[in-house]
Amino acid sequence: MKDQADGYVTADGRQIGPVVMEMKNITLRFGGIEAIKDISFDVREGEIRAIIGPNGAGKSSMLNVISGFYVPQEGEVWYKGARRAPMKPFEVAQQGIARTFQNIALFEGMTVLDNVMTGRLTHMKTGLFAQSFWKGKAEAEETANREVAEKIIDFLEIQAIRKTPVSRLSYGLKKRVELARALAAEPSILLLDEPMAGMNVEEKEDMSRFILDVNDEFGTTIVLIEHDMGVVMDLSDRVVVMDYGKKIGDGSPTEVRNNQAVIDAYLGVAHED
Amino acid sequence: MAYTLVSADGPQSVPALLHRNAKQFANAPAYREKEFGIWQSWSWSQTRDEVEALALGLLELGAAEGDFIAIIGRNRPYLYWAMMAAEMVGAVPVPLYQDANAEEMTYVLDHCGARFVVAGDQEQVDKVLEVQDHLTQFERIIYLDPRGLRKYDHATLDQYTAVQEMGRKARDKHIAELEARQAKLDYDSTGVMLYTSGTTGKPKGVVLSNRNIIETAKSSSEFDKLRQTDDILAYLPMAWVGDFIFSVGQAMWTGFCTNCPESADTMHVDLREIGPTYYFAPPRVFETQLTSVMIRMEDASRFKKWLFDKFMAVARRVGPDILDGKPVGFLDKLTYGLGELMIYGPLKNTLGLSRVRVGYTAGEAIGPEIFDFYRSLGINLKQLYGQTEATVFITAQPDGEVRSDTVGVTCPGVELKIAENGEVFYRSPGVFVEYYKNPESTADTKDAEGWVATGDAGFIEEGTGHLRIIDRAKDVGKMADGNLFAPKYVENKLKFFPNILEAVVFGNGRTECTAFINIDLTAVGNWAERNNIGYASYQELARHPQVMETIQSHVEEVNASIAEDEMLSGCQVHRFVVLHKELDADDGELTRTRKVRRKVIGEKFEDIINALYDGSPSVSTVTEVTYEDGRKGSIAATLEVRDAKVFADTRKMAAE
Repeated sequence: MKDQADGYVTADGRQIGPVVMEMKNITLRFGGIEAIKDISFDVREGEIRAIIGPNGAGKSSMLNVISGFYVPQEGEVWYKGARRAPMKPFEVAQQGIARTFQNIALFEGMTVLDNVMTGRLTHMKTGLFAQSFWKGKAEAEETANREVAEKIIDFLEIQAIRKTPVSRLSYGLKKRVELARALAAEPSILLLDEPMAGMNVEEKEDMSRFILDVNDEFGTTIVLIEHDMGVVMDLSDRVVVMDYGKKIGDGSPTEVRNNQAVIDAYLGVAHED
Repeated sequence: MAYTLVSADGPQSVPALLHRNAKQFANAPAYREKEFGIWQSWSWSQTRDEVEALALGLLELGAAEGDFIAIIGRNRPYLYWAMMAAEMVGAVPVPLYQDANAEEMTYVLDHCGARFVVAGDQEQVDKVLEVQDHLTQFERIIYLDPRGLRKYDHATLDQYTAVQEMGRKARDKHIAELEARQAKLDYDSTGVMLYTSGTTGKPKGVVLSNRNIIETAKSSSEFDKLRQTDDILAYLPMAWVGDFIFSVGQAMWTGFCTNCPESADTMHVDLREIGPTYYFAPPRVFETQLTSVMIRMEDASRFKKWLFDKFMAVARRVGPDILDGKPVGFLDKLTYGLGELMIYGPLKNTLGLSRVRVGYTAGEAIGPEIFDFYRSLGINLKQLYGQTEATVFITAQPDGEVRSDTVGVTCPGVELKIAENGEVFYRSPGVFVEYYKNPESTADTKDAEGWVATGDAGFIEEGTGHLRIIDRAKDVGKMADGNLFAPKYVENKLKFFPNILEAVVFGNGRTECTAFINIDLTAVGNWAERNNIGYASYQELARHPQVMETIQSHVEEVNASIAEDEMLSGCQVHRFVVLHKELDADDGELTRTRKVRRKVIGEKFEDIINALYDGSPSVSTVTEVTYEDGRKGSIAATLEVRDAKVFADTRKMAAE
């Protein structure tokens, strides 16, 4: 694996970079239940890494381990070449990891713009006093942050709803706003928890395009959980397949698609008469 | 700079106008575009520099005189500049409809033999790349928005700003050549080529000279006393002659500012923020706005609704007269003033029309109620009649002589004549040079003396000299009993009902008229919501018995009004169906400017038309539809055929 240290071309012909995050033998328990059993995989710079698996396979738990929300009982998380000590989610955010949620978690009463601006929080340096009284550097800082927010609003084509309270938006648009907020943090790794759940075909196509564009334009590394197999196979560079908390497959979409264990997990095992 | 482009007779080309403006209005805003939530603006001198940089870049890429440069995308300053830059290097700009599908695009790009394409974004680039194998002369794409294009093979791609940068670097090398090429431009050189949407057959490339553009812009600007400080919102397709004349021709002539919206979805917000003083919209836009106002008033509190109704009644009674400067009673004036404060002013502000000094609508007939609604608010909305071949202006309504049923008097420099079959002919300095590579069509349309056939039937009203248009000349036919058949006249009357989006009337050579009707999903959907009627699809709503009942009453109302017109009383609709799908340009049933393609519809829905005439109570049909991405599918439906009450000619009755 030494020759792949600086990145390589996947079996599907996509160039991906060096390892940026590594999960080493992660085990996560809730009481007596093992949600994740001894899983290891890596995330490489600039790739779209999908985690798939049937319901209850432990995908969301895995994402929560990456985001620092759960601390695994066993195993290590390595990020940018160093072992990550257990930390609070906001500390993880400061390290450049942003996420969206399966069940949208936006500030419903606030406008789209304000929601996106909250994503800039980790980039605000001025204190409470300066911000309250609009003194000193606070004004310049807000302007700079607003510029970033506006670029993202433009990028995700949500200009028309900029001043609309989130509670008035459709489900598909809320998902997009959530992506905008995550992007506003200018993350180096973006975690997407079922970005396309509950969407119609058109919304899925839009979302797929945005995910690809984000990856392409900002070079953001993306880790996503998704149920729609078509979408996963089209979007991702590499796929981790989980079933009952265990990793049963890892590789490019083509490799995974031909993996017998994966086929069995998804389609069930054929019985001979 | 030693430009001597402006001859004694004034500027002779669009680039010459740009240089004049850059000198005369150097720091006045020329273009604005909302981007990243802020209105960015460029002065005339900045615009000149931007255009010049692009033109130099085009020279560096090898653009030759007489080349065609296609431009595709939504209204953005950069794309308007691309048109000017194209003309600067002696090439011909060809703006295309951005929603054109690959097939339409191939035809146009191949027909003009465009070497360069300036594309707005990835979507347009993809379309061109997809069809490039069918294009023999195509060489390079210059794209504006880099998003999604980073990983494309750049062998035939350049970013817009990169081309400008290239141009700035190569300034010394090419500036002499650029000046020489501009000096060669005169009134007879081609200013732009616009493809007509083609109600029938393939689109035709209308060649417009600098004379056409500048003379028309000049006389029409004077006609409406446009000012350098005016503001216009550019949101209609760039490929349409109207947008070209308003946003390029008149804007360059008068030096007013062209404002581009942030995106198509933000148009209404941007309209409010800019508050244009000169505004054009097709009737459809005014209709939609009025519908949404009315829908919102339905939901307003009772007091607000009462206030609105009260003052709108006053406005309807005296508003138009006040606008025309006719004498009005003192008390009415006072009430109207109060209404302005309480209702009209805020309403105009909400609509973004507070500052409109000159507003135009054209393209289709506008419903009298809609037209009067805007005028009664004090918005100077007028009608004009024009076409691409005339560089827009044929007739327009002067201030103080505005009515909903005419299209106005001849514009300065225009002559009109009506042929025996009722077809309208005109001659003016705006008359196009030719249809590109199509001498037969040119000869069919324009005779040796320069008279152009409009294809519309109409007559000049005695006394006022106003032109009235009845229908397309070729659509005006005869019914089996020899009565006049004018489908558009009937369709327009039907479409004036907010519930009806589109109507197609048949009856040429038949004994009676029948109609297809499309419901308006916004209006009918809102009605359904208020009345607690559930529906899962357009199709289901369209065949709801109560909807059928409402549409039937509309049809009968129209029949009653047609019966009053002696010449056209035979056009009453005897039977109709409410269609199961919306007529759509993607399916070829409408043109891109939403005009009905009768022939296509006649062939596609032959089974339904037969049912309209053979007396059957219902008809089952399967229709092919095209999705936005080009895939095809089909919908099956059973449609109810209804009989509508027809009326005897009231006047004939009275005479007997």
